[in-house]
Amino acid sequence: MSESKTAQPHNAQFVGGSELHEHPVDYKSYLRRCGYVLIAVLCSTALMIWISFLPHYDWPAKAGLILCVACVNAFLVAGFLMHLLSEKKMIYTLLGFVAVFFAGLMGLTIYAMHDMPVGTVYH
Amino acid sequence: MDETVHSFPAYDEVPGDHGHGHAAHHDPGFWRGYVFSTDHKVIGIQYGFTALCFLLFGFFLILLMRWQIAHPGVPVPFIGPLLEKILGPTMAGHGAISPDLYNSFGAMHGTIMIFLGVVPLAFAAFGNYVVPLMIGAPDMAFPRVNMASYQAYVLGGIVMLVSFFIPGGAAQAGWTSYSPLATTIPTHGQAFWIIGMVLLITSSLLGAVNFIATIIQLRAPGMTWMRLPFFVWAQFVTAFLLLLAFPPLEAAALMQLMDNLAHTSFFLPTGLAVGGHLAHVSGGGSPLLWQHLFWFLGHPEVYVLILPAMGIVCEIIANNTRKPIWGYKSLVYSVLAIGFLSFIVWAHHMYLTGMGTKIATFFQATTLAISIPSVIILTCLLISLWGASIRFNTPMLFCLAFLPMFGIGGLTGLPLGLAPADIYLHDTYYVIAHFHYVVAPGTIFALFAGIYYWFPKMTGRRMNEFWGRVHFWASFVFMNVVFMPMFAQGMEGMLRRMADGGANYSAARVPGALDTLPNTIMEMHTWILWGAVALGLAQIPFIINLFWSLNHGEEAHSDNPWNSTTLEWQTPTPPPHGNFATPPQIHRGPYEYSVPGHDTDFTPQNEPEIPVTAPKISPMPAMH
Amino acid sequence: MEIPYVIQPRPDTGIYNAKVGIWLFLASEVMLFGALFSAYVLLRVGAVPGEWPHGWQNLTLGTINTLVLAVSAITTLLAWVACKTRQFGKFKFFHGCTLLLALAFLCIKSEEYREHLTHYEIQLTDGRIAEGDMRENNSQNDYVLIDGRYVAEEKDLYDLRAQKDPKPEEIKIPRAQIKEMQNYGPWHNDYLALYFTLTGLHALHVLGGSIVIGYLWGPGRRLWQTDPEHFTNRVEVSGLFWHFVDLVWIFLFPVLYLM
Repeated sequence: MSESKTAQPHNAQFVGGSELHEHPVDYKSYLRRCGYVLIAVLCSTALMIWISFLPHYDWPAKAGLILCVACVNAFLVAGFLMHLLSEKKMIYTLLGFVAVFFAGLMGLTIYAMHDMPVGTVYH
Repeated sequence: MDETVHSFPAYDEVPGDHGHGHAAHHDPGFWRGYVFSTDHKVIGIQYGFTALCFLLFGFFLILLMRWQIAHPGVPVPFIGPLLEKILGPTMAGHGAISPDLYNSFGAMHGTIMIFLGVVPLAFAAFGNYVVPLMIGAPDMAFPRVNMASYQAYVLGGIVMLVSFFIPGGAAQAGWTSYSPLATTIPTHGQAFWIIGMVLLITSSLLGAVNFIATIIQLRAPGMTWMRLPFFVWAQFVTAFLLLLAFPPLEAAALMQLMDNLAHTSFFLPTGLAVGGHLAHVSGGGSPLLWQHLFWFLGHPEVYVLILPAMGIVCEIIANNTRKPIWGYKSLVYSVLAIGFLSFIVWAHHMYLTGMGTKIATFFQATTLAISIPSVIILTCLLISLWGASIRFNTPMLFCLAFLPMFGIGGLTGLPLGLAPADIYLHDTYYVIAHFHYVVAPGTIFALFAGIYYWFPKMTGRRMNEFWGRVHFWASFVFMNVVFMPMFAQGMEGMLRRMADGGANYSAARVPGALDTLPNTIMEMHTWILWGAVALGLAQIPFIINLFWSLNHGEEAHSDNPWNSTTLEWQTPTPPPHGNFATPPQIHRGPYEYSVPGHDTDFTPQNEPEIPVTAPKISPMPAMH
Repeated sequence: MEIPYVIQPRPDTGIYNAKVGIWLFLASEVMLFGALFSAYVLLRVGAVPGEWPHGWQNLTLGTINTLVLAVSAITTLLAWVACKTRQFGKFKFFHGCTLLLALAFLCIKSEEYREHLTHYEIQLTDGRIAEGDMRENNSQNDYVLIDGRYVAEEKDLYDLRAQKDPKPEEIKIPRAQIKEMQNYGPWHNDYLALYFTLTGLHALHVLGGSIVIGYLWGPGRRLWQTDPEHFTNRVEVSGLFWHFVDLVWIFLFPVLYLM
């Protein structure tokens, strides 16, 4: 008896997760999709390399841009290759939570670095 | 998540582990059955036994330290010559404890009690034994991972113990292992400590994954989230704390290991001087970085220490008051709030690092905020006693004592959370008194209560009630004798980790100087020493009781001798492999005690519902 | 009673046990690498301005490694799809590719490590600094031979990107003139310490992942005969770990090689 009560979204185009063994799979289109993802990953890698060589920007700005592209790259891997996009929302929200959490904590620590006591003899 | 009740397929349609039927389960033999077992109950008992041994060892360490504090430089009676023989004349010359040995005892006492004693006992031992039973599962989700986590724990413990015997001695930089001290101490004990910690962290991570997956996936039909016993909720949040907080410490430990062995400078600042000479390192590192990463774990770690204990206390109070726990929902939301907030308070351990006022205020605010859910939990437990038919058995006595003791511990944390007050109190004995009140007469009392409470389920026999009460009263009195004076000592300014017990700063040594430690404070050391010895003696009835009752204790004559509602008592005693013959069906919440109209004063969670046979009452005519 | 939901997903969560387990483990790994990345950020932001290395890595090898891992992520996914569609031959092929690519990654990484460990900074007694790849360091000779350059001041050692790729020349330095000599290991400065630690930990994860995938590809395939769905789930779970390893590299590469 197939479990049709799962709450997963039925994504007819990109089949992932446990639905694969229930629906007939168009192997060729799956392969093609993987090819697109690979090309996208390689392109974003090339983009990052190109940004790093731009002559007229300072390193903090370049670092910010490069990290943005890296995030897009990471989303591609996580979303398609780890089929997070077709996976249960719980994992999605858990990971999103961890990411937000981690970013907040990093920001907090960096904020702490530059918050010095004022009014002292040397500062 | 609410769909659990209705959308479950029948169990026999769900295929389990294929290969062979379990109808004729062969006897696994001694090694597979008791040493390399994957059964959660066996693993729970293994964890429990090992952890209790480590707790005892950690206690011996502190007894030796308290002797040194009360009588600095005086050879330890009876044990002194043995110490010198084992540890060598540099560490224990003439049987007296040298300052280096004192420091290593201090560092290892903290490490062993926390990571080898309380966490394995509270989280792994009780959790492993009880949680699958409480949720109606046949075992943990990953039994072999469970076995691996115990083995990693034992290995970590062995590495820690071995470090006492290497040249240079065990770790000496405190359980907090601050850099640059931890890197510049000339002993490999620090490296051993780090490797031991990595093994222990691995063990905890594997355990945490197991617990969370089990609680999410293996709840029996009808066991919704809000029908879980509070102990399970506490273990669930604890597992998340371990899962997310331990890895940064693992990363930091790796970096400190690189500093120690590969001469990197992650935590070593530029211009570091060691022994009067510039250290030959690249510099550029940040000691503060270690502190941030350490306390990022360090703070959730203390909630790991207390939450399972609160869970145990809740179960025992519900059972011995014969009424439902007051405020179940508040308890659940509070424990979730504690879990979340515990990640954003860590820098209250770092108020004295020169942080600015903005960031100090942030952490002060979150620290005070986290006291709110803690107080809510304590209040719910306290209010649950109101109007109850309290049964004063040994587990209940320990739980009743837990409430005021944890109250003292928690309330004394407030001045420490306030940045201005902490400037004075940081690193004094006040801090030691605060956290020991929470962990020693707090968590450890709850763990004792759990042992007395669940002993009949594990063995089918009760522990001796008289000696249980002796154990309780003696422990209760002497815990307070040991730790209460430390508040006074801390307020007077006595600092932590002083091998001479503060003699260097005492009025006796420097008469007439300002703000020295007065004689009254120094005399407390003797009281504390004898209190600690008496506390140790008070554990002897417990140890004898535990082993004697295994074979000679009064038989429980029932699978559910405490008349409890939770699922672990609805199994045979001791529960067989697979726990339940058929999956239990859950019909109600965990604390259905004294339900009006019911013939017994408790209704187990899996007791079938009585079908309603009374005819429907016709509707009343409308009243005007 | 058997442990349920080992293979079939639990209806309300929609996934089977091992998948919950691996995602939880990956969450903890995010915190592990996150802590190391945050250490990188803190140490870099706190460093003396102008004294943080740029362009010290072999960009070609790094880009090749990125390609290698990206392709291996694809082959891992295709191996799982092959299992799902019960094509065991394709599974053997794709995971065989994954293992070869993992081996290639580790080989390239060791070559990068070797390049760093044979690159020296030499401080001379007259105040000059030389840096370059060590060609000859025979203790019987009274000189060392490097393929490198002299720098005017210490600051010029750091930003290799800003300088126009100076051509290395052979320099022979008498030992008597050497005040201090150190290779570019993790002890040399914090950037290298972070580089070796981050990539070392990542490489350990690559190794661990390959061992698991190798086990499933080799001796573990017995489970395919008795319970193909269970085997497929194991392939999926180990594939998720492998994708995570690739994910970490996606952040490691720009942070260490491009910035």
